[in-house]
Amino acid sequence: MTATEMIHSTPRSVGGAMPKLLIDGLSKRYGNVTALEPTQLAVEKGEFLTLLGPSGSGKTTLLQLICGLVERSSGRLFIDGVDQSDTPVHQRDIGLVFQHYALFPHLTVAENVAFPLKMRGCAPGEISRRVKDALEMVHLGHLGDRFPRVLSGGQQQRVALARCFVYQPSIILMDEPLGALDKKLRDHMQIEIKRLHRETGTTIIYVTHDQEEALAMSDRICLMNHARIEQIGAPHEIYTRPRTAFAADFIGISNIFRGEFVHDAGRPRLATPHGIFNLPEDVSATGKGGALVVRPEHLRIGAASPNRITGAVSEIVYAGSETRVIADLGGGTQAILRLWPGDPVPQIGETITAGWDANSAAFVP
Amino acid sequence: MTMALSMTDTSPRPWRPSPLWLAVPGFVLLVVFFAFPVARLLVLSVQDAQTGGFSLASFARITTTDVYIRVLGITFKIAGYTAIFSLLLGYPLAYWLARMPDAVRGRLLLFVMVPFWTSYLVKTFAFMLLLGRTGVINDLLLGTGIVSQPLPLINNEFGVMVGMVHAMVPLAVMTMLPVMTGIDRRLVQAAQTLGASPVHAFWLVYFKLSLPGVAAAGLLVFISSLGFFIVPAFLGGRRETMLAQLIIAQVQELLNWSFAGALAAMMLLAALVSCWVYDRVFGLSTVTGQGSDGKEASGRLRLAGLALLHGLASVCALIAMPVNRLFGPRAGRAMLPAVSWAVIAFLVAPTLIVIPIAFTSSQFLEFPPPGFSLRWFETYFSSPLWVQATVRSFLVAGATAAAATVIGGLAALALARGNSRWNGAIFAFFLAPMIVPRIVIAVGLFYLFAQIGLVATDLGLVIGHTVLAIPFTLVTIAAVLKSYDTRLDQAAATLGANRLRTLFLITVPLVKGGLIAAFLFAFITSFDELTIAIFVSGGVKTTLPKQIWDDMILQLNPTLAAVSVVVFAIVTVLLLVAERVRRSP
Repeated sequence: MTATEMIHSTPRSVGGAMPKLLIDGLSKRYGNVTALEPTQLAVEKGEFLTLLGPSGSGKTTLLQLICGLVERSSGRLFIDGVDQSDTPVHQRDIGLVFQHYALFPHLTVAENVAFPLKMRGCAPGEISRRVKDALEMVHLGHLGDRFPRVLSGGQQQRVALARCFVYQPSIILMDEPLGALDKKLRDHMQIEIKRLHRETGTTIIYVTHDQEEALAMSDRICLMNHARIEQIGAPHEIYTRPRTAFAADFIGISNIFRGEFVHDAGRPRLATPHGIFNLPEDVSATGKGGALVVRPEHLRIGAASPNRITGAVSEIVYAGSETRVIADLGGGTQAILRLWPGDPVPQIGETITAGWDANSAAFVP
Repeated sequence: MTMALSMTDTSPRPWRPSPLWLAVPGFVLLVVFFAFPVARLLVLSVQDAQTGGFSLASFARITTTDVYIRVLGITFKIAGYTAIFSLLLGYPLAYWLARMPDAVRGRLLLFVMVPFWTSYLVKTFAFMLLLGRTGVINDLLLGTGIVSQPLPLINNEFGVMVGMVHAMVPLAVMTMLPVMTGIDRRLVQAAQTLGASPVHAFWLVYFKLSLPGVAAAGLLVFISSLGFFIVPAFLGGRRETMLAQLIIAQVQELLNWSFAGALAAMMLLAALVSCWVYDRVFGLSTVTGQGSDGKEASGRLRLAGLALLHGLASVCALIAMPVNRLFGPRAGRAMLPAVSWAVIAFLVAPTLIVIPIAFTSSQFLEFPPPGFSLRWFETYFSSPLWVQATVRSFLVAGATAAAATVIGGLAALALARGNSRWNGAIFAFFLAPMIVPRIVIAVGLFYLFAQIGLVATDLGLVIGHTVLAIPFTLVTIAAVLKSYDTRLDQAAATLGANRLRTLFLITVPLVKGGLIAAFLFAFITSFDELTIAIFVSGGVKTTLPKQIWDDMILQLNPTLAAVSVVVFAIVTVLLLVAERVRRSP
């Protein structure tokens, strides 16, 4: 299928099933500033997709383009194969959960949840039944008569979720919905949102800058940087096989060793300031060089491996379930490694050698 | 997915009207009934009355005798002194209020708001009762034998200055206060930890940061004072005649339009020049409360200013030290509240004098009243003239408030939603009726109305008052929209509400308090308005302020006290309601 056919016919993914949401070259510019480069993205029905990236990476812009709160500079958007590029916000049948909830302060909890149903002209009996169901779904059935301002942050968040799920929009967007909550509540609400997603089977696009949240919740992560998509894939795929140094650095903790290829006994290896290392077996050395990404949990002190680094321990961080050791490799580079269970804790200033299995590392250009 | 899709997009997007269109009704109204008549008045001033050709005769006439130059000089002098004294009295009060917790400040501010919105006529009438030859003060002084001759407190420069400063201190305080509450008080503390004495910390940090507010207050007071005629007419003598009085005489008695136009042009010019000077030094945005755009008087001027402040601080420190030694630090701390309460007493007390006098049983305006009686209220309510004037004022004020709230509200919405580069200019244009002296607007409107048959009509009054009230409604509603969370509108849109339903179901209920406050402010503006009423409400169709004015010129009597009490009570109640709804969530 050619590009032009793609645009003028009903869009279809490779498998033949129609994607729930198809974004075709959507972009946004403000004068000379590009908030989002032309972007391609397809989201399947029932999928939980996370837009992850640092602030200014374009994830919120993409979200606002999808729901129509900002006007696109180019490109088109299809929902269930129907071109919705010019549909005004209030007719797009998309739900948006706001970062700070945006509950209407002059309406009670129940009236807030009833609002989208009233806008759609539902019958009063149906409204009260569905509002009751929605509030019970988020365990707030007893608080319908309260005003939002007397509720706690977590309760307000639940109201916002109920107000969104109640009209069963075909896609639900969430803009850092847990950003204002403390850590413990955030963990709890993550599970709640996962449950709602599972129970309703709806399609969710979720924006966050918290990589742990993204890893925990998503079917797929869409990693964004500099107003474009950096990498898209399942959480374990992005974690274990980052395709760029940015992806490796942004998701999880990484030790990145940059260097050039050298050919050693017919095998390509990577020569870095900290040693010459083997490449993972599935990597073919094309180009001049690249970087090896080694996660802290794959580095082990005293491991008998050809891939070894040596440095002086500069800091030991105890984090409850794990202990991290930071070692100074010289030349201003530090390595972070996770202490394996049972291994002795080194002293600060002690020189240690740590190694890793070549296949546990990832190679990025 | 292996879709190599193009990024082309050629489909035309549906046209969405810019929010700026909402400002169109107000814009048209102000162009037709404000900008055009004022401009025409200026043209009239350089037109020959007979031929219609260009002529500087009117301006030449101003310079032929020294009468007009002298009046111009007097006007400037009085306005200048009023500005200085209003700042001197207003600054400590504003400083004191700015230090209060928000809730307390809100309540204390009523002591400033009530005098601000109280009719100039009522305030002036009160001062006539207080300061007159047989007034309260002279009565007391003679009665206790402190003086043997009544002091000349009225119909001279002293009387005018007391009346003018009393009228203008509230405006000065209300202009300075937002700037002062915006100053981070930790900066003063920081200065002290860095070694500045409290006196130095005040002058070099706090006072310096409050200067834009002081300058804005000075400018507004000066411009407003230029157009005063009520106070000098009743509290001044011949030698305190101001420009606005001459303009009224030219129009009402001599029907000399081109000469009135020339005088008005001079007044407008004076106002514009003051604005221009202010803009050069401070930037006009501080007046409108939009924050400084970073413009600073540069280079040597700035350094000289800082040096001056340093000198001031040193002098004050020199004075403060012995004073502190002599009376102790507690006396020093008590000074500010004492001064502030004294200023509040000056603002509030004189007006209250009308209350006992309204209930007098005497035929005369004597104090203390010999007995209690409601006869003057009976006179008021049984006089068809007074009752009709009162009813007319209510109707006109109601219509004005409705019109000004809708028009000003739409304009505020346009400015809050649109982010066009014209926003600043549009805002300034809508505020212009506050800057241009009322007498200039009134004369211009009279000329226009005379041609289209709106003189002596209620519609003419409503139009004129709406022009005056729009700045107040715009500022009030813009303030609530500024703190309004537009994400609520976005939320409503994503939940399926179109723009109109969002406006009426979400936005309007949430800014209801601001809308009601704006309505009441506009109501009071119209209810108290005299300048336009003098020209536009002719003959039987008189408003309450016009009727009071006519009576005051004719003969002071206790009925006026009764009317004043009623007006004062109505305005105070409306104001209390407005403040309450504005504060409630």
